Amino acid sequence: MPKIYINGDEFEASENDTVLTAVQKFGGYIPTLCYLNLKDINIENKPSSCRVCMVEIEGRKSLAPACTTPVSEGLRINTLSRQAVEARRTAIQLLLSDHPQDCLQCPKNGECDLQRIASELNIVKNPFMGKTTNYKQDISTAIIRDPNKCIMCRRCETMCNDFQTVGVLSAVERGFNAVIKPTFDLPLEETACTFCGQCVAVCPTGALEEDSYIDYVWKDLVNEKKHVVVQTAPAVRVALAEEFGFEPGTISTGKLVGALKLLGFDKVFDTNFGADLTIIEEATEFKERLENDGFLPMLTSCCPGWIKFLEHQFPDLIEMPSSAKSPQQMFGAIVKSYYAQKANLEPKNITVVSIMPCLAKKYEASRKEINSSPDYKDVDYVLTTRELAKMIKEAGINFTTVPERSYDNPLGESTGAAAIFGRTGGVAEAALRTTYEWLTGRELRTVEFQALHGYESLRVAEVDINGQIIKIGVAYGLGNARKLLEAIRDKKIDLHLIEIMACPGGCVGGGGQPYHHGNFEVIKKRIDALNVIDRTKIIRKSHENPYILRLYNEYLEKPGSEKAQQLLHTHYLEREWL
Amino acid sequence: MEKVYEHKLETFREYLESIDVEGYTDEQRKSLLIQILHKAQENIGYIPTEVQKLIAQKLKIHVSRVYGVVTFYNFFSTKPRGKYPINICLGTACYVAGANLIYDEFKKFLNIEPEEVTEDGLFSIHPVRCLGACGLAPVVKIGEDTYGRLKVSDVRKIIREYTSKENQ
Repeated sequence: MPKIYINGDEFEASENDTVLTAVQKFGGYIPTLCYLNLKDINIENKPSSCRVCMVEIEGRKSLAPACTTPVSEGLRINTLSRQAVEARRTAIQLLLSDHPQDCLQCPKNGECDLQRIASELNIVKNPFMGKTTNYKQDISTAIIRDPNKCIMCRRCETMCNDFQTVGVLSAVERGFNAVIKPTFDLPLEETACTFCGQCVAVCPTGALEEDSYIDYVWKDLVNEKKHVVVQTAPAVRVALAEEFGFEPGTISTGKLVGALKLLGFDKVFDTNFGADLTIIEEATEFKERLENDGFLPMLTSCCPGWIKFLEHQFPDLIEMPSSAKSPQQMFGAIVKSYYAQKANLEPKNITVVSIMPCLAKKYEASRKEINSSPDYKDVDYVLTTRELAKMIKEAGINFTTVPERSYDNPLGESTGAAAIFGRTGGVAEAALRTTYEWLTGRELRTVEFQALHGYESLRVAEVDINGQIIKIGVAYGLGNARKLLEAIRDKKIDLHLIEIMACPGGCVGGGGQPYHHGNFEVIKKRIDALNVIDRTKIIRKSHENPYILRLYNEYLEKPGSEKAQQLLHTHYLEREWL
Repeated sequence: MEKVYEHKLETFREYLESIDVEGYTDEQRKSLLIQILHKAQENIGYIPTEVQKLIAQKLKIHVSRVYGVVTFYNFFSTKPRGKYPINICLGTACYVAGANLIYDEFKKFLNIEPEEVTEDGLFSIHPVRCLGACGLAPVVKIGEDTYGRLKVSDVRKIIREYTSKENQ
């Protein structure tokens, strides 16, 4: 245990500490910009390229970057050295000299790390004027890239390559021309990008942003001819409040619904209803595959980022995922058919808006083959949790005092099983609760499968159903999904059901959620909150949702029926490996 | 031209197939990248996207990584080069010895911009960093031949040497 000195104070660091981690443990502060440490998912990005964490080390001629300097016995660190602070200021000034000066109109305004550090370091003028880069924006259905705002921190590259193993973003060229670009400088839309949005989730500036559909939603909200229906994903209600200063993990379902009603949505429904419906269809398919020697393992299909990953990287395994659409798309299809009929509305006059923790959902809604009719989209606009927060703020709604309201019926009722869709292991657990009862004909007394709980990114669990051992794989992060699929392909592992979610911790860590700023604890708290919602529900199994039962009785006949196939199932496409 | 390219590509494919990466770790496979890129550059004269994909597949790495490395090093090019690529050193020593004047003269005489190829496919111009022969500044490397202590008036003479060699 090396003994070090931080600004004169003695501190016992551990062997693996860097100057930065030691100072953080000590309770000190060194500004960082490119550095990102998500140790819970084994992701560390420290190219030491930004030079913002410079410190003085006694006896060394030059300053040292704290993020990559290891500690050693007797090291004397001066974090307050004037020379070091000046070096940090120079680094930021140089970055700003080639950075667009439109902060007031930047979508990242107020959330930008570069902006925050410039303010912390009291940068009020910049002596450096020089060449500026001039790249075109790359606009896709889900993500907008603005390389002019890129500071080459390489965080997005780390997430895209190391965590997701998607490998689309990479640093190209050198020197002043160095920039992060998609493969062969193609537009993102034409690459193997999964639109998981994890690059956006970690981008410190506005170089990577969601493609916003806020303006379209405002337009339909004031259009009297439009009946605007909104659905909210499970993970939104445990994260939205963070945007208004509440603690991570705060459950704000009532306020969320209340705010949506104040914004003028005609009906506030719940994606969780769609999640219960997904379980009915998915469990039916799973039961059938189990009983009739069907294709196993069955892969869950709720995560559009994961599905696109599979289509590009494992086109040979395209028969494995369940054909069940995701909750978002099932919900859209039901609104424009069942609900339209019930409410006596033309599908084309209904606008379906989704509030999602996700960027890939924007892309999913744009998939042609996912719609149940060629005449309209099942889901018209997808907004992220962040975008909804912006709308609430823009409208002048005080979220803290907004009255709590309940979801509308018939598409607002949901079970505890639906709530846990937003966390890793939740979809598999929800499916098991239903499958267990269907296969055994017995009531499941303890509905929680502890083996499917937890924060680890790759887990395998076994459940005994009627003497048959059902093996379940759960993974989040597409890199872990790749490991599982390669093991399946090489016949090294034998599983019946695999649940994959692309983002850290599942949808709660999605690319459209409030920024976690490198703190994984935030994501864990959201997971815990979803479990609380599950536990406080009286009905915790999807097949007991009375409104779901009514939907089948009145409209869909039975799970897997012809009508259900037409509205609630889809197919997948083989795509190019790039 | 098409046929020539196909032939070169075939040669490179054979080379790629001859490399055995069976049993290699990820790191060991990755370490072959630069070596293979050099071979592609040598065999084909440039490294088009098609070839980058082949290499990525062989080494089981992302194409974006190959693309990143190809664009990082001056030595690799993604566009075809002339039969005689003219590498003009613009490093510090050559620059102060007037390399920029030599550079301008080549561009003017051949009527092409940097990284472009002349219509007859013979020449292309590539500004490069230090060639490691500062004692001979300003230095130009054409194909495998090196020319030192160049003067602006030498430029046309050198080009004519190559064109007359081609016409023989």
